[in-house]
Amino acid sequence: MDSVFFRMENINKFYHMGDEDMQVLKDVNLEIQEGEYLSVLGPSGSGKSTLMNIIGCLDTATSGQYILRDHVIEDMTESELADIRSQAVGFVFQNSQLLPRLDAVRNVELPLIYAGVSQRERTRRAREMLDRVGLADRMGHYPNQLSGGQQQRVAIARALVTNPGILLADEPTGALDQKTGKQIMQLFRELNEEGRSIIMITHDMNIAANAKRVVHIIDGVLTEGGGTADA
Amino acid sequence: MLKAIKRPFVMIGECFRMSLSNIWGSKVRSFLTVLGILIGVMAVITLITTVNGVTGSITDSFLSMGAGTLTVSVTGSDLKSGMTKADLEELAALEEVEGVTPTVSINNARVSRGGNYENRISVSGKNAYYFLSNEEVVQRGRALNFIDEDNMSYVCLIDEEMIEDFFFGVDPVGENLYINGIPFLVVGIFSADSTESIASIFLGSPSILIPYTTALKMNSANEVTSFTVYMAEGVTSEQASDAVEAAMDVMFSFEEDCFTITTMDAIENTMETMMGMMTTLLAGIASIALLVGGIGIMNMMLTTVTERTVEIGLKKALGARQWQIQLQFLIESFLLSLIGGLAGIGLGLLLSMILSNVMGTTFRISTDAILLGFGFSAAIGIIFGWAPARKASKLNPIDALRSM
Repeated sequence: MDSVFFRMENINKFYHMGDEDMQVLKDVNLEIQEGEYLSVLGPSGSGKSTLMNIIGCLDTATSGQYILRDHVIEDMTESELADIRSQAVGFVFQNSQLLPRLDAVRNVELPLIYAGVSQRERTRRAREMLDRVGLADRMGHYPNQLSGGQQQRVAIARALVTNPGILLADEPTGALDQKTGKQIMQLFRELNEEGRSIIMITHDMNIAANAKRVVHIIDGVLTEGGGTADA
Repeated sequence: MLKAIKRPFVMIGECFRMSLSNIWGSKVRSFLTVLGILIGVMAVITLITTVNGVTGSITDSFLSMGAGTLTVSVTGSDLKSGMTKADLEELAALEEVEGVTPTVSINNARVSRGGNYENRISVSGKNAYYFLSNEEVVQRGRALNFIDEDNMSYVCLIDEEMIEDFFFGVDPVGENLYINGIPFLVVGIFSADSTESIASIFLGSPSILIPYTTALKMNSANEVTSFTVYMAEGVTSEQASDAVEAAMDVMFSFEEDCFTITTMDAIENTMETMMGMMTTLLAGIASIALLVGGIGIMNMMLTTVTERTVEIGLKKALGARQWQIQLQFLIESFLLSLIGGLAGIGLGLLLSMILSNVMGTTFRISTDAILLGFGFSAAIGIIFGWAPARKASKLNPIDALRSM
């Protein structure tokens, strides 16, 4: 698979902080192929979360061009951006962010509701995806009945249930112990081998090393890192 | 691949589910929030149902007692202050009229016997025709007759209350009773019933009946100012009213504003107008109560939106569109308000049922009131939920997620 999933050219992002404009991203250029596994490595405050939000169409760049699968993101309306989030992107956050009043299956169903999928089909796909992340026996459990690692697996299932082009993970192991973190990394590797594109954002060099390609971001400047663990 | 999927029905069902679980998830707060709506709707239902019941009961008794009668009250002119006995006889002779019964009231009479006395007893003068057309009034003894009337006899009929007050353990018939110091012979016992005149609703039922001629004499008057006309069979109240008016116009030399003829139709119309005014008034009070309730809901929804910022951001990240977020919050406030409204309808009906039992009025479930309560609470949920839902849908997902 050598087709381009997205391409960013000269992306700049400014935030208004009081009277001053703060530049968070400086001339970022990044190109991702379908099926790629990329780590964005950077310390906190480096702009890596902003980058992820722009990639995931939660935020838009102040200037520059971002093309995701033939769509020029800058030209899109809020509603079209929601469609992209609904279908092209799957988010995994540091603290899994499951809704406490819904069980695992219903949490995973959530993105399908917004995509307008019928109840029966939703449940089928959610169960399938929970099975894939190794939670076949935890379907009816509520978030507070699951361990941190299991919660993160539910979050991954939720991110993947719409079969998005890319999985965007922001510090996916940040709240987990080392052993559980390794299991999640193992899962990511498997998912990537199945052909899913993954972008993982982290400040931890060891975690970043799981990806096939690592880029560094410091003070909003992106540089190719090159070093990979298992390529 | 990226075509917008818009299937609102999938969303709506899901929104109801999520909203119910959110409302149920914070039971105490939800309950306190809907309390305003609940009380508002309960008040509306109770007031409307009770007023309807009371008005219904009054109308019913008016109609049953007043069927086939006209009530005439005379204000008189400078030349002629009321109706003489001859005038009444002339009216009674009309083709459209079956009979006429004057009412001459002696209010606040002092009644005594032996050492006992009572002030403010209502004494009413009636004629013989009254007893002929209301035979069931006399419980025991005899009715007043034409001879009593012509002779201005000092005879009376008394009701149960008078027996208790003055004739404990004594058969009153044949005994004397003093009205304003004058001895009256008790000839019979009567019971006030539904055939009493309409005026009795407002003036209270008399406890003692005497010949109207005697009553006139005691009032030092010669003329009757209030009487009831019994219509002949097959005559409409309009025909009878016209005939009586024509005859009385002659008696009062065509002077204006000397008398008023009230028919049942007129009373029914008045009752309906009164009821309409009551309902409008209640609707006004109710809208204030419901407005306050609505503000409570809006406040709760705004708080909820602030509290659930992260959830909103998350849902947006998962692909929720603005309208989907808005719909969810709108449905939540709609449901919240509706639950309050339904509880209010239930409690309101219960309360008005109890009230109608206590007051002895008819309990009639007013569909209008229920629909009003239902519609109002639903509308309030949507109207007052709109702004908070809009606010939620406009939340920037970045800001929302940053507070994670």
